[in-house]
Amino acid sequence: MHELAVTEGMLKVVLRHAELNRAKKVVGITLQIGEMSDIVDEWLRRYFDYLSRGTIAEGAEITIRRTPAVFLCEDCGEEYVVNIKAGDRFSCPECGTNKVEMVSGREFLVQDLKVI
Amino acid sequence: MDDIRLIDIREEILSDNQNLADEIRERLRDNGVFMLNLMSAPGSGKTSLIIETIRRLKDEFRIGVIEGDIDSLVDSEKIAAEGISAVQLRTGGACHLDAPMIETALATMDLENFDLLIIENVGNLVCPAEFDTGAAKKAMILSVPEGDDKVLKYPLMFSVCDALVINKIDYLGLSDFNQDLLKERVQMLNRGINIFAVSCRTGEGIDEWCDWLRREIYSFKNRD
Repeated sequence: MHELAVTEGMLKVVLRHAELNRAKKVVGITLQIGEMSDIVDEWLRRYFDYLSRGTIAEGAEITIRRTPAVFLCEDCGEEYVVNIKAGDRFSCPECGTNKVEMVSGREFLVQDLKVI
Repeated sequence: MDDIRLIDIREEILSDNQNLADEIRERLRDNGVFMLNLMSAPGSGKTSLIIETIRRLKDEFRIGVIEGDIDSLVDSEKIAAEGISAVQLRTGGACHLDAPMIETALATMDLENFDLLIIENVGNLVCPAEFDTGAAKKAMILSVPEGDDKVLKYPLMFSVCDALVINKIDYLGLSDFNQDLLKERVQMLNRGINIFAVSCRTGEGIDEWCDWLRREIYSFKNRD
C-alpha cells in the first residue's frame, strides 16, 4: 500500500551509496524484507522503474530476499519459522509452550548494490 | 566491459525517515515533550480515546494533538471542543504519517508549552507501522467488532507497539471475540506490550490506560 514512499526511500539510499562509491551505474539492488512487511514486490518494482528514470539506477535489477518470521522458545531453546499469515501457531512446535519470542522477520534493508 | 562491484550496505530502506524521526525524538526530549503515536483501523476509536484521555489528564499535563487524515477537519474540531489545541495534517492521499509530516506540524507549535502530544495517525493498520514519527511511544487500538484474528493479518502493527488498547469491550457480549487468545498471541509476537481493555463509551478501563500513560510521561520527564 505504501510502496511509493518505500521506493522513494530506497532510491535515496541507493543513490547516496552509489555516489559515495563513485559508481557510474547501478545494475543490481538486493533488498532484505522480513515477512512481517506488507510490501507487494511487483508494485515496488513498478514504482522503481518509474522513479529511477534519469538516474544512474535506471534499469537496475531488484532482488528481494524475504526473510521469514523466526521465533525462539525460552524454555527449550528451539528456533523455528512461523508463517504468520498462513495461520501457523506461534507456540513452540517442540515443547508446546507459549513462552516464546519473535526474533526476526521485521527486516527492511537495502542489503547490497551491484555497480559499475 | 567494466567490472561489476558488489557494495555491502545493510542500511534501512527508510533511513532518511528514520534519521529525521531520531532528530525529532531528541528535540522533544530536550523540550520535555512526550509524544505518543496512536494508530488503528478507521473507526476503532482513536478520537474517542484521545478525548477520554484529555478529560482525565488535562489538569495535570499541557496537551496538544496532531491530527492526520487524508482530507478532513472532523477530528480536530472535536478536539478543539475539549479546549485542546489540535494541528490538522491533511495528507491528501498518503495512507500514513511520517517524520517529515510530523516535522511540519511541530514547526507550528511552541514546544515549551506542551508536556504531552498525541498523534492521531491515519486510520490504517498497515502502513503507519512502518514509519517512525519520532514519538517516544507507540500505541494501537483494536476494537472488539473488528475481531480477534487481526494479529494474524496485521502482525507488524502489533509487533511495533508499546501498548494495545482493546476498545468497545461493551460489545463483548454480542461477539465471539476471544480476549485471552488475542492477548496470548500478541504477547508471543511482542513480549513487552502493555494491554488495556476499555470502553470509551462507558469509561470502563480508561483510568488504567491513563495511569500507564501518566507513569510513562513522568518517567520520561524525570530521565533528564
